[in-house]
Amino acid sequence: MIERTPILNIVTHTILFTGLAILVVPIYLVIVAASQTLPDVMAIPAKLLPGDQLIVNLKAAWVEAEFATKFTNTLILATGVVVGKLVLAALTAFGIVFFDHRLRMPIFWMVFITLMLPLEVRIVPTYAVAANALSPFQSILDVTGISWLINATTGVEVALNWNLLNSYTGLIMPLVATATGTFLYRQFFLTIPDELVEAAKMDGAGPLRFLREILIPLSVTNMAALATIMFVVGWNQYLWPLLIITDPAYGVAAVELSRLVPNMNTTGGDIPNWHWAMAGTLIVMLPPVAVVILMQRWFVRGLINTDK
Amino acid sequence: MRRAYFKNNWVAALVVTPQLLIIFIFFYWPTSQALYWAFTLEQPWGGGNEWVGFENFRYLLSDDRYWHSVWVSVVYAVCTTALAMGMALILALFADRQLRGYKGVRIGLIWPYAVAAPAIGLAFRFIFNPSAGVASYLNYAFPDFWNPVMNGDHALTMVIIAGAWKQVSYSFIFFLAGLQSIPRSLTEASAMDGARVMRRMWDIQLPLITPTVFFLVIINLTDSFTDSFGIVSTMTSGGPARATNLMVYKIYEDGFRGLDYSGAAAQSIILMLLVVALTFFQFKYVERRVHYS
Repeated sequence: MIERTPILNIVTHTILFTGLAILVVPIYLVIVAASQTLPDVMAIPAKLLPGDQLIVNLKAAWVEAEFATKFTNTLILATGVVVGKLVLAALTAFGIVFFDHRLRMPIFWMVFITLMLPLEVRIVPTYAVAANALSPFQSILDVTGISWLINATTGVEVALNWNLLNSYTGLIMPLVATATGTFLYRQFFLTIPDELVEAAKMDGAGPLRFLREILIPLSVTNMAALATIMFVVGWNQYLWPLLIITDPAYGVAAVELSRLVPNMNTTGGDIPNWHWAMAGTLIVMLPPVAVVILMQRWFVRGLINTDK
Repeated sequence: MRRAYFKNNWVAALVVTPQLLIIFIFFYWPTSQALYWAFTLEQPWGGGNEWVGFENFRYLLSDDRYWHSVWVSVVYAVCTTALAMGMALILALFADRQLRGYKGVRIGLIWPYAVAAPAIGLAFRFIFNPSAGVASYLNYAFPDFWNPVMNGDHALTMVIIAGAWKQVSYSFIFFLAGLQSIPRSLTEASAMDGARVMRRMWDIQLPLITPTVFFLVIINLTDSFTDSFGIVSTMTSGGPARATNLMVYKIYEDGFRGLDYSGAAAQSIILMLLVVALTFFQFKYVERRVHYS
């Protein structure tokens, strides 16, 4: 707005600067600690200027937490979540927007309801399912008497078992089972003019060809938005990997980070290696923060359109 | 409504099946399992589950520790929501003036969204550590001034600050988007009528973003109830003396450390009901009562 407000402008800048400082100072303190030796970190009064040990500590944390393996795993997890989400959501939205069948709305609601309950609140039974992903079908067969029937007629005991603990599939699948992306795609698909569908049909394109050659190229920006968010979500997973991964070969970065500092209730007076832990914190933070900063435009757009 | 459809329903079935299968296995089945466990009790020597009705809930609701956990969760949810949203709202209102350096400020306020909960937890645990870093100086000057390792109130304060820090960016993004969707003609008209910047904020912008405010209250409360595990687990492990034993963390502790599946399932059901109630409240009342035009 065109008006001269010199005093208010100073106030505005002060408020914004204070806000920035509140968000940045904690990370500054992490960087300071990550660049000092342990005695310097523990010094009283605290030394508030960075030291010269940053590279040394980053290397130590990288080796100590085996971040080489963990980063690969985390990358697989995040990529799996991104790809799984993009593909499944696009397919589902396509199936409920462009086809004329009675189950459209029931399917939409079935998918939509999954938005309500995050993984954290159904964590215990989800873990049980991950221990045997076929247990739902086993139970259904048992209850309906089909397993008894099979057992009686062929002598084969029905025992379906597919253990997902300590596997990439187990890490990724439950995180993909939400409606986040389906909703975003659906809203976008609904804006596509009918004429486009008619034209494609007239030219002899079947549904799959229409999806591949018209819808997918049109939804590239949507996909970029969704991918950014899902990458951040996937990278930052903590509770689920903590539960189902016991084999260090499949460990992810966020969980390993928490192990750099032993639990305060069980440490017998030992000083944790804060300088390494803070270096590790920086390492784990960096990839998603970089993605959000680089992809800012798509990220903001995706966040606002997906409701999370 | 859309007129041009594809007629081949086999293709439709094919494309929705993968999603429905995954949802069934990892969402609907576990949710129904939680119900089953909540109303049954596992026999100590095997032999399946015994139906016990509301016994698990009755036990839970008569347990002081559970009510303490609920109380702590409510305090945590209300405080983080108020802190994060208050800060985000003030920052968004002033950032929306788009003075010099606006783009820099915006990115500076957005990036914390991407930081993982355990990283935030660890960073704040270090910063608030009574014997290292900044807080140690305060303790040196005033002995026993600050000790989240021993003092429950201090620990809860620390967890709330970390939680609020995590939430600020999310609210900020939505507030800024809300403010920018206000038609420019409205603010221009009031400027012509002589309303200065602060007056416009108070009389035009704030009333017009009330829908965003209500939406964010619900989302932030839900998030604080469900998404607090990473912070609690890395900062305090629920301690000291259960002072920060939030509901999500208690479910994890009882279910996976205590192996009390029925108790954990009953707690999950209560938390689910709470989350569903919040969502329902939003759909039913908030979206209807607050209007833009």
